[in-house]
Amino acid sequence: MTPLAGYLLVAALVFAIGLAGALTRRNAILVLIGIELMLNAANLNLVAFWRYGPHPEALTGMMFAVFSIAVAAAEAAVGLGLVIAIYRHARTADLDEINRMKG
Amino acid sequence: MTVVFWILAAVTVAGGLAAVMLKNTVHCALALTTAFAGLALLFMQLDAQFVGFAQILVYIGAVAILVVFAILLTRESEQPEKGVFSRTWLAGLAIAAAVFAVLAWAVLNSRAALPDAVGLPKPAPEVTVAQIGDALMGRYVLPLEILALLLTAAMIGAVLVAMHEKGGRK
Repeated sequence: MTPLAGYLLVAALVFAIGLAGALTRRNAILVLIGIELMLNAANLNLVAFWRYGPHPEALTGMMFAVFSIAVAAAEAAVGLGLVIAIYRHARTADLDEINRMKG
Repeated sequence: MTVVFWILAAVTVAGGLAAVMLKNTVHCALALTTAFAGLALLFMQLDAQFVGFAQILVYIGAVAILVVFAILLTRESEQPEKGVFSRTWLAGLAIAAAVFAVLAWAVLNSRAALPDAVGLPKPAPEVTVAQIGDALMGRYVLPLEILALLLTAAMIGAVLVAMHEKGGRK
């Protein structure tokens, strides 16, 4: 197995773990944790392809990863703000309980 | 494939598994921090030191703290009596396993995984922080400005969303 394939497999595994967490957990914050894991796995893919790609001096994959980290930080702030707002409204962060859009 | 890579991969995967499987949500946040640290070290293994340090600063320094704050504010650290997994956990697990199977199959059968393709060990690219700064201020200046706007909007949006509703329940 080449180094690139190793990194891609680790990224795929972390992505699958994050997806499983986002799909199976009851708590909204744990779903956000799963989404963060998926974003990080994508970043690992970007950096691995940058490192083992034909033109690492062009910095494209690395820049994409840096921008992706910044966007993920914004996503985390808004997502956790939404969870706190829903918790204040519905008195729970259990996604099985929050099943109607009517306030 | 060095020993360091396998150790870091094991730490990252174990941290991720613990983050989605532990019962106590505070422990989940701690395990998530471990996974983030493992990923940062993997970035440094890939000669992307800047991305690795950005990962430590942003994820371990900010996102993990945000997650802990949200957990404590929603008082969900005590275990719910109905279990931590949702009713449809079996379907979710099956979907995740199928996604991993497809991704792993694609990686192992792709041309990039062959020894004579791009996966060959190469000399580390010489990337200095000055080069990254030049790129950010030159070629990538428009995305940088848009990102600054996005971060400002996200900050205002998060504050507005989490603010008390007018006349709502406390």
